[in-house]
Amino acid sequence: MTVPISRKILFYILLMISALVIFAPVIMAFVMSFMDNKDIMTGSLPQTLSFDNYVKAFEKFPLLKYLFNSLVVALVITFGQLVLSSLAAYAFVFLEFKGRDFLFFLFIATMMVPFEASIIPNFHIIRDLGWIDKYLGLTVPFFAMAFGTFLLRQNYKQIPKELREASLIEGMGDFKFFLKVVLPVSKTSLVTLGAYGFLTSWNMYLWPLLSTTNDTVRTVQIGLKQLQNQEQLNDWGMIMAGAIIVIIPTLVLLFLGQKKLQKGLTEGAIK
Amino acid sequence: MGYIELMDISKSYNKQSNVLNGIDLNIEKGEFFVLVGPSGSGKSTLLRMIAGLEEISGGTLKINEKIVNHLPPKDRNLSMVFQNYALYPHLTVEQNILFGLNARKIDKQVQKKRLEETAKLMGLSDLLKRKPRELSGGQRQRVALARAVVSEAPLCLMDEPLSNLDAKLRANMRIEIRRLQKQLGLTMIYVTHDQVEAMTMGDRIMVLNDGVIQQVGEPITLYNKPSNLFVASFIGSPKMNLGKAVLTDDHLIIEEELKIPINSTQIETNIKNKNLIIGIRAENLPLGSNGEETYEIEVVNVEQLGNETLVSFEVGSELWTAKWLGQWLGKVGDKVPVHISIENIHFFDAHTGNLIQAASNTNKQEVVKI
Repeated sequence: MTVPISRKILFYILLMISALVIFAPVIMAFVMSFMDNKDIMTGSLPQTLSFDNYVKAFEKFPLLKYLFNSLVVALVITFGQLVLSSLAAYAFVFLEFKGRDFLFFLFIATMMVPFEASIIPNFHIIRDLGWIDKYLGLTVPFFAMAFGTFLLRQNYKQIPKELREASLIEGMGDFKFFLKVVLPVSKTSLVTLGAYGFLTSWNMYLWPLLSTTNDTVRTVQIGLKQLQNQEQLNDWGMIMAGAIIVIIPTLVLLFLGQKKLQKGLTEGAIK
Repeated sequence: MGYIELMDISKSYNKQSNVLNGIDLNIEKGEFFVLVGPSGSGKSTLLRMIAGLEEISGGTLKINEKIVNHLPPKDRNLSMVFQNYALYPHLTVEQNILFGLNARKIDKQVQKKRLEETAKLMGLSDLLKRKPRELSGGQRQRVALARAVVSEAPLCLMDEPLSNLDAKLRANMRIEIRRLQKQLGLTMIYVTHDQVEAMTMGDRIMVLNDGVIQQVGEPITLYNKPSNLFVASFIGSPKMNLGKAVLTDDHLIIEEELKIPINSTQIETNIKNKNLIIGIRAENLPLGSNGEETYEIEVVNVEQLGNETLVSFEVGSELWTAKWLGQWLGKVGDKVPVHISIENIHFFDAHTGNLIQAASNTNKQEVVKI
């Protein structure tokens, strides 16, 4: 389809404006992270730009430790979610058993229960297992994911039943078929789900706050909160520097993932 | 003793009404056997039961004189080609062909040798590195066939393998599959809803309707002696012309319109005064010439096929079609004489639909020698 050049220009201007509006807070934070506190407070334009805030953020707080914790937690959750969701979805699509659909709808129904509602029982379980201040306590409660199972089930359903039947004739078992055919064919959805899972767990706040009591396992989102000072005036420059550091992994993931995702989406299945 | 024996096979889902009923069948080694029937007749279900993809609700299935009712598909030593080809989209043609051999853990050297042979046989040698989505419909079909061939299983099952191809390619593949089957000596069970495919490919055909066998036999037998109305109207194109008829002492009255004189020696006596349905093939309704008993009909539709002409006309409530060789340049509304001869007529019981007497004259359509 060809679009007249004038309209193209108009579209791009509109796109740029909306991008600017959406990114405004991030841009502000980015600029502020290089300014000193006096300028920020007076609201004037920056006189000098420096990395002081970044240095301060790393010096005053174990930011690297936080980042590492977040990375571990997010990766483990993503991995756990992918494994459990893909296996569960396989069962819901390719295995036939009594009450399968009922079970699936029950599964889906759990999406209606917000995490906040189950946070107290979850906390009790974690505490009784002695998983407070452990990576296990931070990650395991998120492994079972109704949304992921749902997404993958829909995806698997598009795989022709004949593929399974052809593999049956060759004498291929369920698990091998899952590994050799289902997973490669649904690669796109797995990547999407993985990215989604990673971002959600990276941005988690409430649960890490509850299930951790010290810096050894705290994630970066909690760390960010600690940058704020209760007694004195907030050092906004440093806080913004921290925030920028925190969003970098997300952005990296997005940039890396974008190309892959696009490729995956256009690849499609054959009829 | 056939290679594949089905004894009183039946299939029902959820213990309700039967999809298949009392199927008794013997298929010989090296035979090209076609299952044909309209959609929903249970032909695919039967094939899948033989493959082991569908459970057998009742009866016994024997392959090579062994009861295989509960044997998993992989132990039945067969290959299968699916309607949508069932190619793995993430694998190349080569990997697709070798998929089964890999799963069966066959030696790599043997795999390579078989791959080369098969690829050459199927004309796929240049396409081995491509993915299925980069292939045309015909090429995909070839890969699916190659996958069946490479397994070297003596029995090959095909479930409407040609229905996704265009007409020209389909005609080609028909010949190719047939040749392949003869060349490799495969026993083939082939499911189709297309009676032309069934007629042209099968050594024997089984016509299935509503889960019940209608007739089993060679294509020509089915054409010349259809055992009931269903087979009569299903086999042959254009389909057989049918009409209600009554037999009086010296006349056959069709649809209360056409009166055909008969002498009693031509007809078995026990069908007189019964409710009958008669059938006559389109090619047995020639344009009448002088000195013959003819019937005046009004042309409703003319279809020019180039080498032959299909002429439709009404007989009572039925629409009949006559097939005339050559190009007939009549128009709709013309009144033309048609010759109907009693020895070309099949008689069916109107109640049961079963054949009472087949047309006595079947030799007349022998290919003319020049």
